Amino acid sequence: MSTPAILPSGTSPGSDSTAKITKKILVLGATSGIAEATCRIWAAQGAQMFLIARNPEKLAAVAADLKTRGAAYVGTAVADLDDTDKHAELLSHAINSLTGMDVAYLAYGILGDEPRAEQDFEHAAQILHSNFVAPVSLLTWLANFCVQRHAGLLAVISSVAGDRGRKSNYLYGSSKAGLTAYLAGLRNRIDREGVTVLTIKPGPVKTAMTASMKGSEKFADVNKVAATIVKAIDAKKDNLYVPFQWQPIMFIIRNIPDRIFKKLNL
Amino acid sequence: MSLSTAEPEALNTPPEAAREPDRAPPAFQSWGRYPKYGAKVVPLNWQGDFPAVLAGSQDSALPVGLGRSYGDVCLLKDGTLLQTTGMNRLIDFDPQTGILTAESGISLAQILDFAVPRGFFLPVTPGTKYVTLGGAIANDIHGKNHEVAGSFGNHVPCFELVRSDGSRRLCSRTENPDWYAATIGGMGLTGLITWAQLRLRPIVSRGIDYEGIQFHGIDEFLDLKQKYQHVEYTVSWVDCVSTGKNFARGIFMAGDHSKVPGELKPSPEPKLVFPFDAPAFTLNRLSVSAFNTVFFHKQGNAHVKAVHDYEPFFYPIDAVLRWNRLYGKRGLVQFQYAIPWEHAKEGTIAILREIAKSGLASFLAVLKAFGDIPSLGMMSFPQAGIMFALDFPIKPGITFPLLQRLGDMTLDYGGRLYPAKDAAMTAAQFQTFYPEWQRFARFRDPMLTSSFWERVTDSTGAKPTL
Repeated sequence: MSTPAILPSGTSPGSDSTAKITKKILVLGATSGIAEATCRIWAAQGAQMFLIARNPEKLAAVAADLKTRGAAYVGTAVADLDDTDKHAELLSHAINSLTGMDVAYLAYGILGDEPRAEQDFEHAAQILHSNFVAPVSLLTWLANFCVQRHAGLLAVISSVAGDRGRKSNYLYGSSKAGLTAYLAGLRNRIDREGVTVLTIKPGPVKTAMTASMKGSEKFADVNKVAATIVKAIDAKKDNLYVPFQWQPIMFIIRNIPDRIFKKLNL
Repeated sequence: MSLSTAEPEALNTPPEAAREPDRAPPAFQSWGRYPKYGAKVVPLNWQGDFPAVLAGSQDSALPVGLGRSYGDVCLLKDGTLLQTTGMNRLIDFDPQTGILTAESGISLAQILDFAVPRGFFLPVTPGTKYVTLGGAIANDIHGKNHEVAGSFGNHVPCFELVRSDGSRRLCSRTENPDWYAATIGGMGLTGLITWAQLRLRPIVSRGIDYEGIQFHGIDEFLDLKQKYQHVEYTVSWVDCVSTGKNFARGIFMAGDHSKVPGELKPSPEPKLVFPFDAPAFTLNRLSVSAFNTVFFHKQGNAHVKAVHDYEPFFYPIDAVLRWNRLYGKRGLVQFQYAIPWEHAKEGTIAILREIAKSGLASFLAVLKAFGDIPSLGMMSFPQAGIMFALDFPIKPGITFPLLQRLGDMTLDYGGRLYPAKDAAMTAAQFQTFYPEWQRFARFRDPMLTSSFWERVTDSTGAKPTL
C-alpha cells in the first residue's frame, strides 16, 4: 500500500465566513448503532465528518440526521470495507473531502454466527477478515497518514469478548483479541510520533436491536456509551472499557485459571 | 468477501441473553400493564425495514412506539409488534418556519432536546414526553392548550404512509387527504408512518408563567376556565375521593410560555425510577384521600403565582420513571371522556359522584376544557366540551363493572371515550362513540390490526372480563 501523498491545502468544506475550528472525523461503519450515537454528539458540537458505510439508504438517513443536528460538514461514501483493495483510494478520497483528519473512528465489524463458524471454516474466516484483517488494512494506511503529520487519533471499537476466549463466542472473540493486540502494538510504535491509539471495549449495549432480549433492560444505554467514548477521545486515552464495570469484570475473567475456566459456561 | 456491517453493540451481546426462555411478563406492555398479551417484538430501525420484516409472515402486525398508551390500542395478542423507536432520525429543520421533519420513532423528549436549545417547543404536548412522533399522530393526542391549538394532528403538515403492500403515499390536507384524515387518530392501523413533519413553535425561555388556583366544585372550575381563556395552557387536578363539602374540589393550573428571555438549555435526564411493583393494598381510600388532602393544600394559598420550568409544568410524573408500578402487578386502567358542552356539566357531576360513591381510589384525576378547533382525523378523540381522565387500580369484580357504568353514562351524555386510554369499552359503545368507524375500516391495512380494534369491532359483543 503506497504512502498517501500530502494533501493539497484548501479551505475546509465546513468553514464559511466564520473561521470556526471544528474537529474533522472519519467514521468507518457509520450506520452501526454505537457509531451513529457517537456521531450525534459530534454533530451537536459542529464537527465535520466523513461517513463510510455499505448501505446507501441507511447512510443517507444518518447523514441527513447529522446535518440537521448541526454538523458543519457531512460527506459520505458507500463502500464495502471488506474489500481491502479499495481502502487506499477510499481513505484518500475521504480525507480529501474533509481536507484533513483529526480522528478516525473505526466501528466496523460483524458478530457472525458462532455455532456456524465452529463447523464452517469459510464463515470463521469471514469473521476474522471483517473484524481483524480489514481493520488492519485500514489502520495501516491511517496510521502512516497520521505519523507523517505527527498528529491524529485512531479510535477503534474492539470488544470485551477479545479479553479471553469463551465457548459462546470465541471466533468473534479471537478476531477482537487480534485487533486488541494489533492496537497495543500500533500504540507502542506510533504514540511517540504524536499519534494516539484508543482501544474501545464495550460490554453489551441496549439499542432497539437488543430491546426484546432477555435482560436487555440491564444493558448499557447507547447514548451514555457514546458520551463516554467522546470523552475518552477528547482525553486522548489509550484504553476504554465501557461501561467502566467491565474493566474489573474482565480482570477477573482473564485471571481465572484454565483448570476452572474450561469447566465454566461463559 | 461481502459481509454486512452489523451493529457493534449486538456483537457484544452475550448470546445467552437471547437463548433464555421468555418468562412472563410479556416483552411489550402498555402503560397500564393491562391487558398482558404475549407478542413478538420486531424492531424497525430504518425506514426501509417495513414492510420487508413482514415478508413471508402470516401473522398480523401493529406498529408501536414507546407503549405509553394505557390499554390494548398498542397491543396485538399473539401477533407481531413493530417497534419504531430505533427509527428516530431527524431529516430536516427549517428555523424560518419551525418545521421539523423526522422519522416517526423519535420521541417528543428527543425532539425537545433538539428544539429547546434552538428556541422552539412542541406545538402540542401530552402529559408525558416519552411518546413517539408516530404515536402522537396515530392517537391524535392533545395537550393543555387544546382550546387554542387543537390536537397534535393540526400541526402535522404532512407525513409518509407506507402500506404492507409496499405502496408509499405522501399525505397532507391536499395530497391523499382521505388517507391523511384516516391516519391522524388512526391508531396505527392504516400503515406505517415512516416520517412526518411537525410545525414547532418559538419560545424564548424554558420558563412557564404559572398560576395555581384552588376551586370547589364544577361551577367554580367553569368560572375559572372562562376567566383564564386568554392563557394558553390550562388544566385542573380534581379530587375524586372526597364527598360532601369537598366534592369535586381541585386546583386549576394555568400557564403561558414566559416572554422574558432565559437560558434555553436541554433538560437533564430523570434520575428516579420507581423501584418495584407496589403491593395491591398501596392504593386505598385512606392513602389516596390523604394524598389528595396534602396535594390540595400543598400550594399553601388559595391562589399562587410563580415561574416554573416547563418540565414540572408539562411532565410532572415523568420525573419518576416507571411510576405505573405504583399500581402493582395487576396494573391500572384509565377512564377518559370528552362530553360536549350541552351535557358537559351535568355529565361530569354525575360521573364524579358515581366514582366517589364507588370508593375506587385514584389520585391522578385531570379535568380540562376542550376547545372548538376541529381535529383533522376521522377517528380523533377531542371534541369541544369537558375532558376528564383518571386512573383506576384493577380490582377484580369492581373496576370493570364500574367502567361499564361510566362508559354507558358517557354515552348517555353524548360523550365519547379515548381509545388510547381504554381497556374496557364495549364494541357497542365504541361504534356509537365513533360513528365513522366503518368508513375508517376501509383504510385499515389488511396486515395490521390491534387487540383494541379486534375487541371493539367484534360483532359478538365480547366484553373484557376480570
